[in-house]
Amino acid sequence: MTGRWTWFNITSVVVGFTFLYLPIVLLVIFSFNESRLVTVWAGFSTKWYGELFQNQSILDAAWVTIRVALLSASVATVLGTLAAVALVRFPRFNGRTVFTGMVYAPLVMPEVITGLSLLLLFVAINFARGFWTVTLAHITFSLCFVAVVVQSRLVSFDKSLEEAAQDLGCPPFQAFMKVTLPVIFPAVISGWMLAFTLSLDDLVIASFTSGPGATTLPMKIYSQVRLGVTPEINAVCTILIAIVTTGVLIATILNKRRAMQHKHS
Amino acid sequence: MLRAITNRLVILIPYLWLLFFFLLPFLIVLRIALSDLEYGAPPYTPQFSLADGWSALWEKAGQLDFENFSFLASDSLYINSYLSSLQIAFFSTIMTLIVGFPLAYGMARAPSGIRPTLLMMVILPFWTSFLIRVYAWIGILKQEGLLNQLLLWLGVIDTPLEILSTNKAVYIGIVYSYLPFMVLPIYSTLEKMDESLVEAARDLGCTRIGAFWKVTARLAVPGILAGCLLVFIPAVGEFVIPDLLGGSSTLMIGKTLWIEFFNNSDWTVASAIAIVLLIVLVVPIVWFQNAQARAAEAGR
Amino acid sequence: MPSLGSIRLSFAPWNDPAAKPYISFRNVTKRFGDFVAVDNLSLDVYEREFFSLLGPSGCGKTTLLRMLAGFEEPTEGEIFLDGQSLKGVPPHKRPVNMMFQSYALFPHMSVADNIAFGLKQDGMEKGARDERVAQMLKLVKLEEFAKRKPDQLSGGQRQRVALARAVAKRPKLLLLDEPLGALDKKLREETQFELMDLQQQLGLTFMIVTHDQEEAMTMSDRIAVMDKGIIAQTGTPAEIYEAPNSRYVADFIGSVNILEGAVVSSDDAHVTIKGGDGEIVGALRGSKAPADGKTAWFAIRPEKMQVSRSRPDNADNALEGEVWDIAYLGDMTIINVKLDSGNVVQASMINRSRLVEDPIGYEERIWLSFTADSGLVLER
Repeated sequence: MTGRWTWFNITSVVVGFTFLYLPIVLLVIFSFNESRLVTVWAGFSTKWYGELFQNQSILDAAWVTIRVALLSASVATVLGTLAAVALVRFPRFNGRTVFTGMVYAPLVMPEVITGLSLLLLFVAINFARGFWTVTLAHITFSLCFVAVVVQSRLVSFDKSLEEAAQDLGCPPFQAFMKVTLPVIFPAVISGWMLAFTLSLDDLVIASFTSGPGATTLPMKIYSQVRLGVTPEINAVCTILIAIVTTGVLIATILNKRRAMQHKHS
Repeated sequence: MLRAITNRLVILIPYLWLLFFFLLPFLIVLRIALSDLEYGAPPYTPQFSLADGWSALWEKAGQLDFENFSFLASDSLYINSYLSSLQIAFFSTIMTLIVGFPLAYGMARAPSGIRPTLLMMVILPFWTSFLIRVYAWIGILKQEGLLNQLLLWLGVIDTPLEILSTNKAVYIGIVYSYLPFMVLPIYSTLEKMDESLVEAARDLGCTRIGAFWKVTARLAVPGILAGCLLVFIPAVGEFVIPDLLGGSSTLMIGKTLWIEFFNNSDWTVASAIAIVLLIVLVVPIVWFQNAQARAAEAGR
Repeated sequence: MPSLGSIRLSFAPWNDPAAKPYISFRNVTKRFGDFVAVDNLSLDVYEREFFSLLGPSGCGKTTLLRMLAGFEEPTEGEIFLDGQSLKGVPPHKRPVNMMFQSYALFPHMSVADNIAFGLKQDGMEKGARDERVAQMLKLVKLEEFAKRKPDQLSGGQRQRVALARAVAKRPKLLLLDEPLGALDKKLREETQFELMDLQQQLGLTFMIVTHDQEEAMTMSDRIAVMDKGIIAQTGTPAEIYEAPNSRYVADFIGSVNILEGAVVSSDDAHVTIKGGDGEIVGALRGSKAPADGKTAWFAIRPEKMQVSRSRPDNADNALEGEVWDIAYLGDMTIINVKLDSGNVVQASMINRSRLVEDPIGYEERIWLSFTADSGLVLER
C-alpha cells in the first residue's frame, strides 16, 4: 500500500497504541510509588526495588525462569527449524497431514489443555515434576511457533542459491548449512527470541507441569497477585520490561548500524 | 545413502517429538477422562503399564466408562461454562476485530519509513509479560482504580463504576491481550495489497467506501480470518484473564478446568472437560490449520 | 555451390562424420505428473560449440538444461557427457557449471568469496585459490569489487560475478540460463560479444537457454528451436533463418510471409504452387519434392522482395498489390502490401540513400518481385 495517511488513519493508530501502552506505562510509574497502594500516588520512591532484591523467593523464581527460557528456546529453535525444513522441502511424505496438524495446532490450542495433557503424560511415565518437565513442555509448544516463523522465511527463500552451491560442488546437506542457513538466519533468531519470550511469559503450562523447587517467575507473580497487589510486583515487572525494551533497542540499533555500514562501503 | 538418512532424520526428529509430547498426551487425557476418581496420588485408578501387555490393556478398556462425561452433561455449571466461554470468546473476537482492523489499516497506509517502527511497537508489548499486562488492568479497573478516579474527577459519573470482577473486565482484558494477534495478520495482508486495485475500482465508478468494501476488505479476508481464529480459539480456553479480572459469576471453561484440577484434585473430571473442549474447538482448529497450510502453499 | 547466409563457416564439427558428440541426449523424456515437458528428445552437441536452446516459455528448454545440470532426472532416456552416462549423478558431482537466470549470488559472501566457493569445495589451497580468483576478476573486469557484497553491485556487475563464479572451476561445459535477460539493451549487446570472446578464449563448450532470437542468432554456432517439448529444428543461424523446416520455425525467427497453395509442379531444385495469388515458384527444401496437388506453403522473408512501380521483365515471381501500411524505422522501411487476393505481405527495404526521388506512398499500386530461390516451399 502507498504511504498516505488520512486523519482517520492517524487517529486509529494513535488510539490503538495508547490503548496498548497505557497499562504498561501506569505499571512502571506506580513501581516508584511511595505508598503500598498501586492506584494512589504518594510520592516517588525506589524502596520497592530494594525490597525486591531482598526477596529471595522472587530472585530464585527469576533464576529458574531464565534458565528454563534459555534452554527451551534453544532446543525449540533447533526442532522448529527442522520441522520448517520438513514442511517446506518435502512436499510429500507419509503422514504429512498429521505432521502439519501437529505443528499448527499448538499455535491456537488453549493452554489449559496443553498443560493438563503434558502433566498427565509425565505422571504416566513417572517423570518427576520440576525443572525438566517445565522445560520439555515449553520446548513442545515453542517449537511450533519457531517452525511457523522459519517456514515463512524458507518459503520465500530463493532455491536457486542452494542449487548454485550444489552446482559448484557442494553436497546437498553442506549446501544447506553453508548457504541457506546463513541467509535465513535472521528468521531463526526471531524464532529463538519468540520462543524465549513465550517461555519467559508462560503461566498456565508452567503451573501444570512444574514441581517443587522449580517455581517460575510468572507462577510466583501470580501467587502474589492473588494475595494482594504490592508495588514489589510492579518493580519486578518494570525490570522485565526494561530488560526486554533495552534488548530490542540494542538489536534495532545494531541492525541500523550494520545497514549503514553496508551503504557506505 | 547418507543423504536419504539425513532427509529422514530431518522429518523424523520433530515428528517423533510432537507425536510423543503433543499427540500422545491427548490420548492419555482421554484415557483419564474415562477412568474413575480415586483418592491418592495420582488421583485416578492406575495407568496401564506396558509390562501388563495387550490382554491387560483390553481388560482395562472394559473398565472404562463415560461416568465423567455424563457428570459434565448433568451439572449445568459445566454446560454454562462452555456456552459462556464460547459467547465471551466470540464477542471478544468481534471487539478485537473492531479495534484491531483500523489500527492495522492505519499502519499499512503509513509512510513506509515509519512502518517498521510501528510494527515494532505492536510487537513490543507482546514481548513483555502477558501476566503483567493483565495485572496492570486490575489497577486501572478496580473500584478505587485509575479509570474510576479519572471519570469521577471529570465529573462523568457520580459513583464508581463496577468493572473489575465482572464480565466487562474480561472482555477488555481479552481485547487488550490478544490485540497483536489480530493486528499482525491483517497488517501483513493489507501491506502486500496493491493500491492500484483500489484505484482501478474507483476509476470504474466505485465510491471511496464502495471501493473499500469491494476491494480492500475482500482482499483482507485471509488476514481477518487468521486474526479471528488466532484470537477466538485460545480465548475460549482462556484462564488468566477471567481469573484475575473476572468475578465469581464469570464462567469460563478454562477457569472451571483449573478449579477442578487444582482445587478439587479431580483429575478425571478435568480431563473430561479438556476432551469436550477439544471436541468443541476441533472445527475452528482444523479450519485454522487449513488456512495456514493454504497460506504457506500460496507463498511458495 | 552457393551456401546459405553470408558468412563462411570454419568451425562445423556437426558436419564431420568422424567427430564424436560431447553432449548427447538420447530419447530423453521428462514428465511432471501428467505434463510432458520434454518428449522423446535426442540431440548431439559438439565440443567447443556455442549452442543455444531457443523457444517460447513452456517449451521445455529450461527443463533440458536442468537435466544436464543434474537438478532433474529424465523420466526416460539417458544423457551422456563425453561418453559417460550422467544417470544418477548428482549435480555436485558433475563436471558442469551453471550460470543461473537470477544469478544466485550468495548474499552473505563477498564477490571474491562467491567466486572462490567452488574452488574451496574442490579443496584448492588458499594460494592457488586467490590466484585463480584474481584471474577471474581480471577476466570480467571487476578487480576493484572483490570485497563488495552482491547487493552493492549493479545488475550488469552481478551478471559478471555470476559468470566468473561459473567459469572459475574451468568446467568443460558451461550452462547459461537466460544470461542476458535482466540487462538493458545496450549492455546486452556489449555482453553478447564479450560472452563469445570469452568462450573462444577459454575453449569451453557453452549451452545457452534463451527466448530471445536475436541473442541466439548473434552468439550461437548452432541453434535448436524448441516447441512443446520437442526440437523443431537444429541448425546454424543461417540454416534456421534461410532454410526453416516448418512454418513454426520460419515464423519463430524474424518476420516471414506465408502464402498457402497447392503443388502444381516440381523439379530437382524448385516447386511451383498455385494459390490465391496465382503461381509462385520457390526453392525446394530437401531432396524429395511434395506430390502434385498437396497443400504446401510458400515462405519468403520481407527483405528478399524487390519493390517497383511497374512489373519488372524477367522476374521469376511477381505480385501486385496496394500499399496498406508503411513503417519508417530509419535504417529500413517496412511496407505492408495488400495483394489483390486479400492476403497481406510484408516487404522491407534498406534505406541506402539519404535522399530518395519519388518515394512510395500510401495506397499506391506496386509490384513485389523475387527470384525462384528467394523463398522456400514448406510442407508443414
